[in-house]
Amino acid sequence: MSNTLQTDKFFYDNKIVKWFAYATILWGLVGMLVGVLAAFQLVFPVLNLNTAQTTFGRVRPVHTNAVIFAFVGNGIFMGVYYSLQRLLKARMFSDFLSKLHFWGWQLIIVLAAVSLLMGYTTGKEYAELEWPIDILIALIWVAFGVNMFGTIIKRRERHLYVAIWFYIATFVTVAMLHIVNSWEIPFSAFKSYSWYAGVQDALVQWWYGHNAVAFFLTTPYLGIMYYFLPKIANRPVYSYRLSIIHFWALIFIYIWAGPHHLLYTALPDWAQSLGTVFSVMLIAPSWGGMLNGLLTLRGAWDKVREDVVLKFLVVAVTAYGMATFEGPMLSLKNVNAISHFTDWTIAHVHVGALGWNGFLTFGVLYWLIPRIFKTNLYSQKMANWHFWIGTLGIVFYAVPMYWAGFMQSLAWKEFTAEGQLKYQFMETVTQMRPFYMMRGIGGVLFLLGAIMMTYNLIKTVRQGKAENDEAAEAAPLSKVYEDHGSHHWHRWIERRPVQMMVFSLVLVAIGGLIEIVPTFMIKSNIPTITSVKPYTPLELQGRDIYVREGCYTCHSQMVRPFRSEVARYGEYSKAGEFIYDHPFQWGSKRTGPDLARVGGKYPDSWHFNHMYEPSSMSPGSIMPAYTWLFENEIDTAITPAKIRAMQTLGVPYEEGYDAKANADLMAQAEKVKGNLAKDNIQVKSNKEIVALIAYLQRVGTDIKLEQKTTASAN
Amino acid sequence: MKFRHYLESITGVGIYPMVSLFLFFVFFTLLAVWAIKAKKSYIDAVKNIPLGNDNDNQ
Repeated sequence: MSNTLQTDKFFYDNKIVKWFAYATILWGLVGMLVGVLAAFQLVFPVLNLNTAQTTFGRVRPVHTNAVIFAFVGNGIFMGVYYSLQRLLKARMFSDFLSKLHFWGWQLIIVLAAVSLLMGYTTGKEYAELEWPIDILIALIWVAFGVNMFGTIIKRRERHLYVAIWFYIATFVTVAMLHIVNSWEIPFSAFKSYSWYAGVQDALVQWWYGHNAVAFFLTTPYLGIMYYFLPKIANRPVYSYRLSIIHFWALIFIYIWAGPHHLLYTALPDWAQSLGTVFSVMLIAPSWGGMLNGLLTLRGAWDKVREDVVLKFLVVAVTAYGMATFEGPMLSLKNVNAISHFTDWTIAHVHVGALGWNGFLTFGVLYWLIPRIFKTNLYSQKMANWHFWIGTLGIVFYAVPMYWAGFMQSLAWKEFTAEGQLKYQFMETVTQMRPFYMMRGIGGVLFLLGAIMMTYNLIKTVRQGKAENDEAAEAAPLSKVYEDHGSHHWHRWIERRPVQMMVFSLVLVAIGGLIEIVPTFMIKSNIPTITSVKPYTPLELQGRDIYVREGCYTCHSQMVRPFRSEVARYGEYSKAGEFIYDHPFQWGSKRTGPDLARVGGKYPDSWHFNHMYEPSSMSPGSIMPAYTWLFENEIDTAITPAKIRAMQTLGVPYEEGYDAKANADLMAQAEKVKGNLAKDNIQVKSNKEIVALIAYLQRVGTDIKLEQKTTASAN
Repeated sequence: MKFRHYLESITGVGIYPMVSLFLFFVFFTLLAVWAIKAKKSYIDAVKNIPLGNDNDNQ
């Protein structure tokens, strides 16, 4: 652009890119391995190893956190740090912040893995990490932001290419989402309660959860796609105009989609409708991105045949298109009525995660590592094998899960001619096993491909030499902006990254505010049920054990207003029942039956035996045994702090109750002990199992059940 | 701060999302108009930014 002869000489930092690349590979292997373990635990429950730290309920969040924040997270930073410097023709603002960001992020990952296995979880999906780690995440994210914005400000390329807007929107929105959803009140050094409760917690959680998909798994990777795909194909993006339009549409619309995780639940109807409508509208900007990516290769498809990197990118963008069509379809209430709580959701997630995130990461790694080490990829053949094995892995994962999810849902809904439910829940679980097995094999294939990639890249690294600082040259920005004719506002904002950041924040905040504020401010959204009372201290302790063990990963607590659900579980769930639930535990999946009305259904002894050995009460059960609950003692020392925290959150325990709570706890525990003794079971009243039984017997009993027959007749 | 229900109900609360959608629609329309009318030379220049880096290793 500039005519001056004076150019700056500087260096791109490749070392930080290299480190993030290594971390991406390492955590990818870890996350996928844990995923394979979790998958086979559902086929062979013995793989839970009868140890608290290795049960599915704790392993599952380790898998999700590892693949999202450790694998994709590091992948994001690898792609951003490489592309940002080159698009702006400037080295990263601060090498110190780069290192702080890197090591800080890895520390978060390690703390996450350890704390989650130890049971320190908030019980909210993809936001399981407890408050000390949440604070660390915020600090490291700020460091990343300062580094990124510092680089943008000292850039030598005036115009911000589209990838950079995606990075800015990512930074801003993830900050907003994390801070709002992680608002929690600590009651101990490592544990806290969600500030929100029940319906409101559900709404905030899924506003966060879906936008974690949008702004952590999608927008940064779209930015990465917009840089690497043109770069690798050596042709410019198909339509820059389209990229402008779909960027703004995407970030505005995505935010509103959260309620599609809560269709047919106790969330107010108007919020559900907003979620559906905006999710369907989202097809347009999402497909704008997909088409832009694919059409960039028009006329160059022969290159895809030759280049394994392009193969990965094409499948990635295609998978993105598939997932962003399926998602809106799943957001339609009539489709969601079938898919919710089933493996169909899991299939959908993994098409996006394995196809879009996985394959785009692999493609970038195969291209980047040889470049940084100034050598060729060690084996093109092996990379091609990876491509085909990985693709097969995705198919073997998704197809069985589609079949299983659909089948199970229909089985749940089926009635006999006499009007009885045709299948016991247990029967539908048994039918799933072969499909879970196939899915596990799909996961193994995908992991195998990643292992081949690791070997290939290690050999590549060994045969090359890293260029940690890559020499570059570019003219500094001229002080005066030369007007290139028609002066439109978008070019104004492209030159002003700070305004872009602020404007993006305003746009993404709108959807959240409109959906969330009314549920907090307006009484009619959460009608009070006078019979709903706070949990007793013993029940509260039991509930916290339920959260700790990750029971919500297999059991939902939300009966939907369908005839089949009311017949199977009881009265459908009302918003007012959950007002003291910090956090809510509606769950997303029914690997096991819904528990919203489990209170009073079985005697205490049934629960005792079931938790000790699930198949003793439910033959064929795949649920792990929870034997440590019979050894561990309830932590009564912490009861007063829990009560005080709840009081701060507005739960109406009487003044000074924290001092009396343990007395009530022990009295109720003695009652449970007495009930168990009637069935010839001897247990000390201070064991954790007593608290869990008390909680389970309480769930769903606040409203009377006599409407059950009337509801079935409707 | 305890969450209290400050209002029994908001009659006509539907106006807020409608206003927001309207604002966005206006913004989006103006944006689309600009994007379509932008000069080709400018678009071509920005499109090629990722490709213009002579400093990258080949």
